[in-house]
Amino acid sequence: MSIWKKLFTAVRGAATEAGEAVVDNQALRILDQEMRDARVQLNNAKENLTRVMAEEMAVRRVVKDLRSRIEEHEGYATQALERGDEALALEIADKIAEMTNELEAQEQLADGYTGNITGLKRTIADTERNIKAMQREVSVVKSTEAVQKANAAMAAKFSGTDSSMLRATDSLERIKAKQQKRSDQMNAAVELQKESSGDDLQAKLKAAGIVSGNASGNAVLERLKAKKS
Amino acid sequence: MTNEKFVALAHGLNGVVTAEGIALSAEIVEGEVPLLKVEVEDREEFPIYITVDEDQILCTTYLWKESEVVAQQRTALLEDMLTMNLPMPLSSFGKIGDQYLIFGAMTVGSRIEDVQHEVCVLSDNTLNAVEAMEEYLNN
Repeated sequence: MSIWKKLFTAVRGAATEAGEAVVDNQALRILDQEMRDARVQLNNAKENLTRVMAEEMAVRRVVKDLRSRIEEHEGYATQALERGDEALALEIADKIAEMTNELEAQEQLADGYTGNITGLKRTIADTERNIKAMQREVSVVKSTEAVQKANAAMAAKFSGTDSSMLRATDSLERIKAKQQKRSDQMNAAVELQKESSGDDLQAKLKAAGIVSGNASGNAVLERLKAKKS
Repeated sequence: MTNEKFVALAHGLNGVVTAEGIALSAEIVEGEVPLLKVEVEDREEFPIYITVDEDQILCTTYLWKESEVVAQQRTALLEDMLTMNLPMPLSSFGKIGDQYLIFGAMTVGSRIEDVQHEVCVLSDNTLNAVEAMEEYLNN
């Protein structure tokens, strides 16, 4: 089973019927075991990697050594030929052939180790990724439980004893009502502000003598009488 | 390290008024897993729950329960939610058991301003989502 399938099972197991246990402990235990197994696998892979890398280094050393010895013997063979010692040259050539065969075998071995190392490194990266995914999953499942508890407490605050009765649409209505109230209050405040600053203006105009503000019943009556006569 | 991050988050989200003038309050909910409950002023019915692990800060808000969905409209609801996931800024829809939710995940290294922004956007998305999906929900 792929890691995602397992995780999916665990999350689905986090049943959420109100009032029921929210975390599937069985699923968590399975995940725990999976994580332990994965860690063992990881340690093994890391040990293997160290060993194989050491072996690869040793074989590469042998390869390098063989190459330089072949080169060296080719020099000897050339010298033997220069001296006209055909028999010695042949003997050296046989030795070179033997070393060349050995070189080929060792090179194949080294390439095998290199491939092995690549594979092990990939396994280690995969396993580490899986362990991380499982850790995250465990933490998500546990957080889920905490969130559900906290949310039930919140819902109970708004809807009384039965927390399952707080519906999303009801919540939205309440929020809209609150927002409307707030916006009404703000408009009222703005209106008040306008009115009071209007009063201020009147007072300033009066103080500046632009409006007298002395209009009185008697003055009006006097004016009307004057007009009439 | 996670714990320090957690306390810093609580500090940076409590009693804060964002640039958009939104007032936030945050409190730590004690329990096996540390949990931060963030409330946006006037929207206390949809608190945002924040958890932190090694990699990410997860902000979650619960939407509605399966029992609130009009049975015949369920497929249409799910389809709309899937369709909305992409154009919806910063948040995605999710579901745990019978609980529908909306969440945003951020890297654990996020700046506090980014988390504040995330919380405000998540709150807006929450209201928009409930409003948009209202026709599929029981009244």
